[in-house]
Amino acid sequence: MKVFIDPPNSLILFDLVERFGHEPLSSMAAIQNKIDNVEVDMPPMNLTLEDVIKGLKYAGVEVPSGVRGRLSLWGPMIEEADAAIIMLDPPFNFGCVGCERSNEMVKYLIKRRGIPSISVNYPNNEEEAKATVGQIKEFLEGLK
Amino acid sequence: MTIKIAQLSCGTEYSSVQYEIEKAARSVGAKVVYPDVSYADINDAVKRFGFNPRSPQLKLMIARAISLADGKYDADAVFITTCFRCAEAALVRNELRRFIQENTKLPVVTYSFTERLKASQLLTRMEALVTIVTRKELLARERQTGLTAGIDSGSSTTKAVIMENNKIIGKDWTTSGDVVQSAQLVLENAMKEAGVELKQIEAMGTTGYGRFTLGKYFNAKLVQEELTVNSKGAVWLANRQRGEATILDIGGMDNKAITVRDGVPDNFTMGGICAGASGRFLEMVCKRLKIPIEDLGALADKGDWRNAKMNSYCSVFGIQDLVTTLGEGKSFEDVAAAACHSVAEQVYEQQLQEIDVRHPIIQVGGTSLISGMVTAVGEVLGERPIVPPNSQYIGAVGGALLSSGFL
Repeated sequence: MKVFIDPPNSLILFDLVERFGHEPLSSMAAIQNKIDNVEVDMPPMNLTLEDVIKGLKYAGVEVPSGVRGRLSLWGPMIEEADAAIIMLDPPFNFGCVGCERSNEMVKYLIKRRGIPSISVNYPNNEEEAKATVGQIKEFLEGLK
Repeated sequence: MTIKIAQLSCGTEYSSVQYEIEKAARSVGAKVVYPDVSYADINDAVKRFGFNPRSPQLKLMIARAISLADGKYDADAVFITTCFRCAEAALVRNELRRFIQENTKLPVVTYSFTERLKASQLLTRMEALVTIVTRKELLARERQTGLTAGIDSGSSTTKAVIMENNKIIGKDWTTSGDVVQSAQLVLENAMKEAGVELKQIEAMGTTGYGRFTLGKYFNAKLVQEELTVNSKGAVWLANRQRGEATILDIGGMDNKAITVRDGVPDNFTMGGICAGASGRFLEMVCKRLKIPIEDLGALADKGDWRNAKMNSYCSVFGIQDLVTTLGEGKSFEDVAAAACHSVAEQVYEQQLQEIDVRHPIIQVGGTSLISGMVTAVGEVLGERPIVPPNSQYIGAVGGALLSSGFL
């Protein structure tokens, strides 16, 4: 199944989803796709004006362009996802997209889709980390 | 009966605009109300809604919306408003609008305000909310009966239509000058075409900016804002009285995007901050190209907007783009296409984001006669809109149709 991860660039969540036999939907893949396949030169991420306009599907013109550009990447992934994993309050080195407004909207879009999802708290010690991985494992194994 | 408009808002009390909102509501016989919620309800509501904003007042907005959806608080319409340029509020505002539409049958309008908001800017919107609630039976009217007239006193043009037994038998338009004189002229010409006299007209409906003046002058039976009247005219002309549709009316001064169900609006946006997204910009382009506006559409259809840069949000800078582009030797055709595309893109970006577009899209108003404009809207939306015959007469037709309900 296709599992969207939030934060969408978390390498740990990406790895966990893959390990338990599912396809992670992440920023890495979307940006890689843009850099490899799009014949545009808009470094560093090849996000173009057109992408920002596409983001209007998720947020009106009054919402800043950076939010809309981000949503143009993740919105379609959330639409495609069969399930989602949300890590609550992670430090930014766990995975971060730099914008709280975008984060709020991503969580809302997941909720709006009504797909199976799990929200786990960021662990603060080894014990909690084991419990968090256990929760995620159980969730991923339960997906059919 | 006082219509209760539930206000879901953030920031109005601190922006010196709350008084203006309440004044606008009062002036159309409505009252602004605030759904009661308890402190304990707020966290549950936010959790249920799924969007957890940082701003507590937005959390309160969500709780109030849920109170309405659950039927715990009784209101007739909903007004959702937040500060202009607040990203978090813009996200919540639009999602709450969707939530209300999905979970209630209440008409809803959204608005982002600045500290300059005056009651007069909200008048048409508030009036439309009240009309939808109080004139349900009239708005459900699908056939015109008897001999009636409709006058639409718009910002750029004034239109009149004479209808008899569900048919248009006379019509005319002119550029708007003096409100009464312009209306007299078009009405006389329309009556001449129809072969009738004023004393034979059984009922009249007026709409548009000059509706109150004309309503008084002609003793009209119906004096109604253009959002509901134009919607009726559009669905009648397009023969889409049943089912859903989006009406896109790009006018001379402001634009309207209205979603309707069985011809009755349930959500609408009205833009008018910048002329860059209106027919007025196209008039300015024609002046600079020294062509009559009637020729703009065909010219644009021959051009390619991609060849000419014209994507300014402002009509003044848009004309600067045009001058630069012409200076670079671009063709008139490409420039005309770029002007149409620029207006279509702005309407899409600024207004169609505030509603959920329903199909089909019916494009009306004076700019719908510019074929290049229809092409541009079709390209931007990915679907060519329906342009009914006499599409510039929507307001006048709506006025004639609805006023026959008073016979």
